[in-house]
Amino acid sequence: MLPDLGNHPGFIIASYFVSLIVIGGLIGWIRYDYGRQKSVLAELEARGLRRRSAAAKSDTTGSKA
Amino acid sequence: MAIIDLANPTRFLRLTDRLLPWLVGATVVAMVVGLYLALYVSPEDYQQGATVKIMYIHVPFAWLAMFAYTVMALASLGTLVWKHPLSDVSAKAAAPIGAAFTFLCLVTGSLWGKPMWGTWWVWDARLTSVLVLFIMYLGIIALWRTIEDPIRAGKAVAVLTLVGYLNIPIIKFSVDWWNTLHQPASVIRMDGPSMPPSMLVALLVMALAFTLLFMTLHFMAMRSEILRRRIRAMRQREAAGASGIATAATAQADTAPRDGTGTLNGKTAEARS
Repeated sequence: MLPDLGNHPGFIIASYFVSLIVIGGLIGWIRYDYGRQKSVLAELEARGLRRRSAAAKSDTTGSKA
Repeated sequence: MAIIDLANPTRFLRLTDRLLPWLVGATVVAMVVGLYLALYVSPEDYQQGATVKIMYIHVPFAWLAMFAYTVMALASLGTLVWKHPLSDVSAKAAAPIGAAFTFLCLVTGSLWGKPMWGTWWVWDARLTSVLVLFIMYLGIIALWRTIEDPIRAGKAVAVLTLVGYLNIPIIKFSVDWWNTLHQPASVIRMDGPSMPPSMLVALLVMALAFTLLFMTLHFMAMRSEILRRRIRAMRQREAAGASGIATAATAQADTAPRDGTGTLNGKTAEARS
């Protein structure tokens, strides 16, 4: 059920609609960006690349073994 | 564990892994309650009628436009003073979210202004200073994209952000310092809020909901930025490794014994190619 929007319903609906679109777009963009970075990182790790700290940690573990 | 230890990027990722589901849940609950109060429970204004419902999104957008910039300014201090690795990640992640909230503040303000003031826009102090804030956000985003090295970019952006922070008190006090069409502050006032509790509660719940939304989006964007920097570092290591192999091969080729025809021996020539 729609609330009572008085004499200027168009302005109220437009305000909420634009907000919904912009915030929805922002959420979508941030989620897409995170997913893309995660998949690129996974791809690099699959190729055997590691971060310096991770590589150093595994080298230390390896040398201890 | 000290609080500063939590600001380690790896710990931050682990912490936000646990925190984000709760933040998303709290945001959804606060938003549903806030929208219900704003649209169905809060009364109409005696002058503006139902158009006052735009206030429940316009005012939180304005607060968060300034809040996001304040977060960026504090992060900039962290970058310049303590050179903390998460500071410029935080500043960079907050910029597009702050820009979106400032854009929405301007658009909803315009949509509220037309039926109430009879105009979409006036060049008065409050509206103009918020437009300046929006342009500053765009400039900061552009500067982040202009300088490739994130450390150098972070320092340049931090200086620009701190200089631009002068605009925030101008926005806040513009309605007191100059004559404007915009109404003066009605919530954060020395003599207390000037609106009835039935409106104030709805407004504060909406402000809480949008603050939680900002925190959720900010943490999510910071996680992306941390991963982006890891990818950049890994690619640099890969490139350095490849150029290291090439350099070693070149050095070996230059010092290798040559046969009678003056060509390199087979192994070195292969490495060089």
